[in-house]
This record gives sequence, structure tokens and C-alpha cells, in this order.
Amino acid sequence: MNAIPIINVENLSKQFKAITAVDRISFSVDTGEIFGFLGPNGAGKTTTINILCTLLSATSGNAEIAGCDCSKQPDRVRSNIGLVFQETTLDMELTAYENLKFHAYLYKLPPDIARRRIDGMLDIVGLVGRKHDSIKHFSGGMKRRLEIARGLVHQPRVLFLDEPTLGLDPQTRNRIWEFINTIREKEKITVFMTTHYMDEAENCDRIAIIDHGRIIALDTPVGLKAMVRGDIVNLVTADNQMAMKEIKETFGITGREENGGLALETQKGDELIPRLIYALSVKVLSVCVTKPSLDDVFLKFTGRTIREDNPNERTEITREFIRGPGAPGDE
Amino acid sequence: MNSLQPVYIICQREFIRFFREKSRIFGTLARPVLWLLVIGNGMSALIKPQDGFSYLQFIFPGMIAMTIMFSAILSSASIVWDREFGFMKEMLVAPISRLSIVFGKAISGTVLSVLQAVIILLLIPFLGISVTAAKFAWVVAASVLVSFCITSMGILIAACIRSFEGYNVVMNFLVMPMFLFSGAMYPVTSMPQVLRQLSYLNPVTYCVDLFKHILLRNERPPAGPEFSLAFDLLIVATLSVVTMTLAVLAFKKRQ
Repeated sequence: MNAIPIINVENLSKQFKAITAVDRISFSVDTGEIFGFLGPNGAGKTTTINILCTLLSATSGNAEIAGCDCSKQPDRVRSNIGLVFQETTLDMELTAYENLKFHAYLYKLPPDIARRRIDGMLDIVGLVGRKHDSIKHFSGGMKRRLEIARGLVHQPRVLFLDEPTLGLDPQTRNRIWEFINTIREKEKITVFMTTHYMDEAENCDRIAIIDHGRIIALDTPVGLKAMVRGDIVNLVTADNQMAMKEIKETFGITGREENGGLALETQKGDELIPRLIYALSVKVLSVCVTKPSLDDVFLKFTGRTIREDNPNERTEITREFIRGPGAPGDE
Repeated sequence: MNSLQPVYIICQREFIRFFREKSRIFGTLARPVLWLLVIGNGMSALIKPQDGFSYLQFIFPGMIAMTIMFSAILSSASIVWDREFGFMKEMLVAPISRLSIVFGKAISGTVLSVLQAVIILLLIPFLGISVTAAKFAWVVAASVLVSFCITSMGILIAACIRSFEGYNVVMNFLVMPMFLFSGAMYPVTSMPQVLRQLSYLNPVTYCVDLFKHILLRNERPPAGPEFSLAFDLLIVATLSVVTMTLAVLAFKKRQ
């Protein structure tokens, strides 16, 4: 992987009347990377994608893709990118092939090349057998795969995926991820995606955590998790008190007793285990390592978990605040 | 070919959709046929033919205009439809000019409307009206102009209106009155003063009059054409250019 940024964003802002949807964000994405935008609904993820793919103009700041300015050279940017939107944008009346053909012709691919590319893409996403079927009866996962294939027909350099697995079951989500990885290898493409699924963000090379229109952290998934805290090693021994003392002496780690065992906080838990078992004189009954999750990362940077951020709960809190606890009418 | 490729595929998509949706073909054709059979024949029984000229013959030009009007409006509604179902985004992020999208929709809408007008024309012999090959050709030529004009109007409205419900409301408030005050069902000259003024403002009046010039060439007003052929052509052509330009501008601005 070389380090030429394919996407370069500097001080980008987008203002919708009173709301600042995107607030002076800067980042760059290297060629060949899978770059993820992680944040709750309404954080500014889709707005950023819409600016990058030329559907919206920025209030201020710069955005460049493959060296072309998103607001000044929209057509050149458009031919360099492929898009999969949050909602389905397929024509349900057409067959899978017709949908892709429409796309290929829209991007001015010569007919013979279009045919070859369409077949190749349908093959990658495993829909060759359904080529001439109307997509009306396709499942959600099949439609998504078809859309990903469509976004790649014109050989873009960057593929944008806006919540690519929204509303799909876990099995289908894994399948989609397999395709994205295959495609990345076969097509040598950069992937820019948004998600609010933590586990999904793990697939990215780098993640930007976005909240209220600002990037609050940007690193590899491993790097982000390292910022939070170390791993937790949970260990049950024949004599926990004894073990705690020995660990303190040998490794300098102060453990705490928890659920009839010990919990040790350390940077590299998996490397500690063999040394731990070797060093302890008491018998070790069980051991396990808990790695910090991206949920923990999000919690640390925003002070709340990503799921908490739904408007209903917010109104609940406001209402309580207005009435005050135990006010008349409270049950 | 290269820059026309997107226009070509946008048209092709509309044709595929049209021919796949059997009820749509049936619906747009059933309406004028019903009017001709039921209203045309029914009224013919009330209104005695004068010099061998029946009411059915009188409303025939209007029926062709009606076929075109409903078909063109339905075609331009596909813009609202595409926006509602997200497909418009697929076109908007493509490296093509907004002009290609509007032209693709306008051309496909025109072709489909002319096609339906031709089918209605082919039914004439069964209704006991004779049309020469030359008249037939002229009607087709006029249909192209009228279809383009009304499709452009539809696209202009579709580009300005956000929701499908809004489009339906506007269309219901526009299409029926435009048809009724067009001289298609009864001569404009026999309308009350106020309604007559309205029909002079109605673009469809001139479209119907254009067809009357071809099909009712030898009749005099009130049955025959009211304006000069040149005037009809001028109005329809000017309106086509103006609405098309506005549609492109509205589309560029709103999307």
C-alpha cells in the first residue's frame, strides 16, 4: 500500500440553516485503504459522503478525490467514484443485468466493455445465475450485492458505501463483508464507508469517529482501542489471595478480586497469560482475556454508548428535567 | 454516440418499463377508446349529423390530443417516481449533464405518446371515419410536436414539485380542466365568455386546434379549426422551447 492520499479533506463544513451538520473536519484516505466513518445517526456521516460524491456543496473548506476538487470538477470526481447509498436505488422493474447496463451506459462505457464488466461483477457478487431475473423478488442481501456490483462496473477508484449492511441479518452482513474484501483485492480499490455498527468498523483499516459533525478520534481499530485502556485478564486460581500477591511481586500489576476470581488490567493480555501461568505457584483454574471494544472507545470519547443516542431517550430525559423527579402526575 | 449514450439508455429504460407494465398500456389506450365509443356514440345519437359530419368526427382530434396528454403526463411523472424511490440519485451522481437526464425523459415521453396516438389513429377505420395516408402522416408529425410540448410541461412541473402526492394534486387540478377547456369536447366559440377566455390561455386548445386543421380541414368554426395553422404551430413550438428551457433550469437548480 502506498501512501498517496486518494481522498483529501480539509476544514470541511456544512451548515443547514441553524444546524452545523459537518464542522471543520479534516482527514485523508490512502489509496487501497478501507476507511470507516463511525458515528451515531445524525452525526454527519451521510452529509460528508454527499459532499464528497458531489450531491451537496460544502459551506466552506476543501474536498478532493483523486486530485479533483469535489465542488469545482464534479464530473471528474463522479467518474472516479462508485456509490452505494443507504437506501436502495435500483429500478425494481428491471432485471439485474438491465440495472447494471443502465449504469454502464450512464458512465459511457463502450457496449462490449460494459458487457464484460457486468458479467465480471455479477460473478464476484455471486449473482450470475440471476442475471436476467427481475430484481423485484430479490432479498435485501441480494439487492445490496447487486448495488455494490453496480457501483464497481465503471471501475471507480473509490467505492463509497453508506451503511452498506443496514437492515440486514448478521449472516448476510458477513457475506457482504466477504465481498467487500474480495473486491478490494481484485479491483485494487479504496473503500470509504460509514457505519454505526461497532463490530463492522473492525473491518476497516482506519476509523474516524464522528460525533456532532466533528471527528473526535482517528486511528486504526487497534490504535483506537489502545487509547481506552489495556486488556482485562480474568483469572481463577486455587488461592486468589496468594496469586494476587505473587502477581504484584513478579509483574507489578495490582489485580482486584471480582466474581471469585482476579481481574488484571494490562496492555497485552494475550502475551501475559503464558508468563503468568509459568510464574504462579498456585494452580490456575481458568483464564480469559477481554479486549476493549470500539463501544468502549466511543464511550470514552463521547461519554455515552452509540446506542444511547436515540431521540426518544433524549426527550425522556428532557421531560424528566422539566417536571423534576417526583413531580405531580409522576407514577 | 458517446455523449448520447446516457440519453439513449434513459430512453431505453422508459421503453422497457412501458412495455413491461401491461396495465399502463391498456389504461392509456382504454381511456380514449371509451370516450370515443361511449361519449362519442352517445352524443352522436343526440346531435344529428350535419351534412354527413358527426359528433364522433368532431371529437376525434380531441381524442388524439387527450391520448397524448395523459401519456405525456404519465411519462413525466416518472421523474417524481424516480426521486421518490431513490433511483434519481443513481442518475444524479453519474458524470453526465443534467441536460441528458431531462432530454432522455423528454424524448422517451414524446416517443411513447406518439406511439399511443398512432395506435388510436389505427382504430379510426373501425369507428367509421376515413383518413387518407397523407392525413395520417400529418397527424403523426403534429403528434410529435404536441407530445414534446406536453411532456416538457410535465417535466417542468415534476422538476418543481417534491412529493408524489403534490404531483398528483397538481396534475388532477390541471389535466382535467385543460382537457375540458380545450375545444376537444365542444367548440370553444360556443362556451360562455369567461370559459372562452380560459381556453385561450390553455395551451392544449392550440394542440387540439392543430389536429383539427388536419382532420377537420374542410369544416368551418365552430366545428372546424378556429385559429390559423401558423398561429397554432407558433404557440405550440414557442411553448415547447420555453417550457423545455425552464424544465432544464429548474432541474439543474432543484436536484
